This record gives sequence, structure tokens and C-alpha cells, in this order.
Amino acid sequence: MCELLAVLYGKVLQVKPAEPDWSERDRFILSKGHGCASLYAVLAESGFFPLDWLETFYQNGSYLAGHITHRHVPGVEVSTGSLGHGLSIATGMALAAKRDRKTHRVFVLLSDGECDEGSTWEPILFAPHHRLDNLIAIVDYNKIQSLGTVKEVMDLEPFAEKWRAFGWATREIDGHNIGEIEEALTAIPFEEGRPSCVIAHTVKGKGVSFMENELLWHYRSPQEEFEAALAELEAHA
Amino acid sequence: MRTAFIETLFELAETDDRITLIVGDLGFGVVTRFMQELPGQFVNAGVAEQNMTGLAAGMALSGKIAFTYSIANFPVLRCLEQIRNDICYHNANVKIVAVGGGMAYGSLGMTHHATEDIAIMRALPNMVVLAPNDPVESRLATRAVVAHDGPCYLRLGRVGEPVVHTSDIDFQIGKAIRVREGDDLTLIATGGLLGNALRAAELLSEMSIQARVLSVHTVKPLDAEAVLDAARDTDAIFTIEEHSVIGGLGGAVAELLLEAGARPARFMRIGLNSAFSSKIGDQDYLRNQHGLDAAGMVATIRRTLESPTGKWDVRELLEVT
Repeated sequence: MCELLAVLYGKVLQVKPAEPDWSERDRFILSKGHGCASLYAVLAESGFFPLDWLETFYQNGSYLAGHITHRHVPGVEVSTGSLGHGLSIATGMALAAKRDRKTHRVFVLLSDGECDEGSTWEPILFAPHHRLDNLIAIVDYNKIQSLGTVKEVMDLEPFAEKWRAFGWATREIDGHNIGEIEEALTAIPFEEGRPSCVIAHTVKGKGVSFMENELLWHYRSPQEEFEAALAELEAHA
Repeated sequence: MRTAFIETLFELAETDDRITLIVGDLGFGVVTRFMQELPGQFVNAGVAEQNMTGLAAGMALSGKIAFTYSIANFPVLRCLEQIRNDICYHNANVKIVAVGGGMAYGSLGMTHHATEDIAIMRALPNMVVLAPNDPVESRLATRAVVAHDGPCYLRLGRVGEPVVHTSDIDFQIGKAIRVREGDDLTLIATGGLLGNALRAAELLSEMSIQARVLSVHTVKPLDAEAVLDAARDTDAIFTIEEHSVIGGLGGAVAELLLEAGARPARFMRIGLNSAFSSKIGDQDYLRNQHGLDAAGMVATIRRTLESPTGKWDVRELLEVT
């Protein structure tokens, strides 16, 4: 998902780091709130807050919580952490924007696991009915959830067809390919009058050979492995 | 109360286009005029309360004054986590309206009895909890929640409740209204039971017991001054609510009294025992069954006053099976 965030904040979102509450800004909601570390990093890199705040992540007394938190953290639109909330909030923002004839867009990044939540499917039903083409849902489809693979735990396939059947203009992309991400996210809405869905096929732990597709690293923070992981990532960069 | 609410909301919404009413596919015959005449300020979220609540948070964070509306427990319990995380944590300007508080939908059965909502909503940070006692309070409470910037829970009755306040009242969030004077004991009522409490006070008066009666339309923030004045001026305090005795008005008053060191000689929560009522009936019937009619209240008050220590075993006498 780091590539998705990098393209969003680097190329797509109309935001002003010096004026985080700018009323015409595009909204971005991280519905998979547990992916917060990368969003905090992107926000700091974008200038929303000083880079050295990142050192406080997960520490006693910090505001940078282990699930994305808006309070005291400029640039974070809403707090999430319990799955299945973000898409409804985003849909409300998109509906309000339509009614107020505003032109900003609302982006929301979901996990595949949270598509198990019934509450995710409620706005999936609602948004096309209300023709919210200013709403863009991106699914980080890494195919692993908390206790196993998506296929084992709760198969989502045929996933894209489900979104299409609910009325979303849907594209599937390689979620690690910067060019493909940019091409998709700058082509929205894919269809006038329909919300857009981008299913980003990803690999969990991408770029670190010993982390890729390993459920363990959903839970564990690298300790002695840190330097080796960093070296691998830098070799790719 | 429902009519007073929707008429007032319509009136306010006509001149304030931030007001948006989001319903969970309920309100037949109630929301029709709002829906037809203010379509740009109306949303039917369908039978999907979690989405209704998340939508409301998103709209409120975009500048709207969002009202969610449904009946009984649906706008509260089904979507409680959305209320906690999406509304309260963001201090979003959302007003949650539940029609059918208590046993207003008594005949519809247990699923439609909203009898723990006050306790649950009271526990949420940033949430203001209002349970008006009559249509006059309902009208004024609607205005008050629009004027208040932040999350509010408005627990209403249904239709046809009698007007209790026959003269103008000063309605402010967090301010109790003293409806009757009396020096012997105090009845503190919320959520539609003020009328019965006043009738109980009249019956007590015939027994030479003079009751002060307070309308506590705001359970949170509680009017501490009014409660502590009652504890100072009268010997006994009875809280009256169509709600579980656990955690609602009675709990709030008890917590305040004990922490303030104000221990009245007698204190009793008059409400519903923590049990499901599988027996159905209309609201008056069920109030009667649960000791929430005037005669039932008087019986509980008398027993409490007459018991040597004023306690617990009294409650067992009230068990309804």
C-alpha cells in the first residue's frame, strides 16, 4: 500500500500541507486504520508535520497511535481502526460534496479483510444508487487477512465482479506498479455517474524477501531483521 | 413527541440548509413532508443503520447538521460502534433521534422496547443525552440540539403524549425544570414519565406527603445543582424512568449524590428491572405492569418510605414475571 499512498499524495490528491483544513481539499480516508505507519510517513514527507514526529510512533505519550488517528495529527482526515467504518464516512463526505456542488473528491483505502464486514457492503450498495462519481474506493488486495489467506478464511472471488454487480466502475491494477496506479487514479471517474473502484493486487510485505506473503509480519515488528529488510528495500529503490 | 420533533425540524431546516435528515427507511407518514419539500436535505439510507450512522458522520464532518432517525434500538444499538468511533471521537455534529423510547412500541415486542439506550449513550464521551418529557419539551429539545455543536442523542416517545407543560418553560440543555414544589421528597422524572410523576405527586399530597417534581429532560450533562438542592431540601429522592434501573437516570443521580456526599434518607430508582419483558401490551398497560403508572409509583414510594432502611428487598416486590 505504500506505492498507493505515494502516488495519491505525490500525484493525485489536491491537498495543502500548510492548510490541512482547506475546505476544497480532496479527502483521503484510510479505512484499514492498521496501515497507519505508512500514512504517517507519507504525511510527514508531504510536510503536514515534522519528520521527527515519526520517532514517537507507538511510544508512550504519543499521538501517533497504532491505528490512524486524526486528533493532533494534521492531515489525517478521520480516525479508523475498527474495520468496516471508512467507506460509510467517505460516502457521507461524497454525498455532502455533491449536494454542495463542490468539486473535490473522496478517496478511501480499504483492506480485503474488511470486505468481510457487512457494514462495508452497505455503502457499496448506497454509493452507486446516489451516483457518487466523486467517490473512489481502492482495495489493497494482498490476499492475506488476520488468520490466513483470504481464500482460506472468506473467499472474496469473484471480487471485481461483485463490485461491478453493485454498480461500481471497477478496474484491477498491479498495486505495486507506480505507472498503473497513476494511470488509474488520474482517470477517475472511470464512468460518469458511478463511483470508482480500484482493486489493487498487492503482495503483503512486498520488497522484503523474507516478509513477502508471510502472515507473521502482519503482527511482528522487525528487530534484528530491520537492517536486512531496509537493505532490501533500498536495493529496489 | 414525534410530531413536535418533525414539525420543528422542518421549520428549522427551511431556513438552515445545513440540516440534513437521514432515515433508516422508517418514518412512514412522519417524514413525508420533509422528504417531499426538502429533498436536498433528506436521505433514506435504506435498512442499513451502520451506513446511516457513518454517512451522518461523513456529512457532519463536511459541515452538515446531520440527524439520523429510526425507531427503538435501531439507530442506537445496531450502529453503536459507528456512534462511538465515527461520531463521538470526531465530535461530529450528528443528532441521533430514536422514536419509541421505553415501551412506546410495547405491543411490538422485546426487539422494539428501547430500555437500555440511555445508559449506553450516557457512557459515550462527547454525547449529550436528552429524553424529553412531553411534546413541549420535545419541540424545545429539537431546537436545542440544532443549536448545540456536537453529538446529541434525542430519545423521543411516540405520538399522542399529553402536554404536561401548560405554561412557558425555560428549556436549556443540562437544566432541570422544577414543575412542582414540595418539601418532603423529590421525584425526578425523564423520558415521558413526568405526567405520571405529577399524578403520583397529587396522590401523595392526598396522603399529606408533599413532593417536589423535577423534569430532567437532559440525563447528560445532569443538572447537579438541581439534584443536590433536592437532596438538601427534601428527605427522599426517587428517580423515574421508562428504562432499566441500571445506568440510566437513576444511576446518574445515585453516582452524583454519593460522590457529593449527599445521602438522602431514602433513595430509590423507579424504572424497569433488568429483565426482558416478554409480556406485550400498549404503553400504558406495560407502564402499569412495571409500576410506572401513578399508583405503581406511589406504592413503591410508600414501601420505600416505610421500610426500615429503604432498600433492595423493596425491588424484589416489584418483580414482574
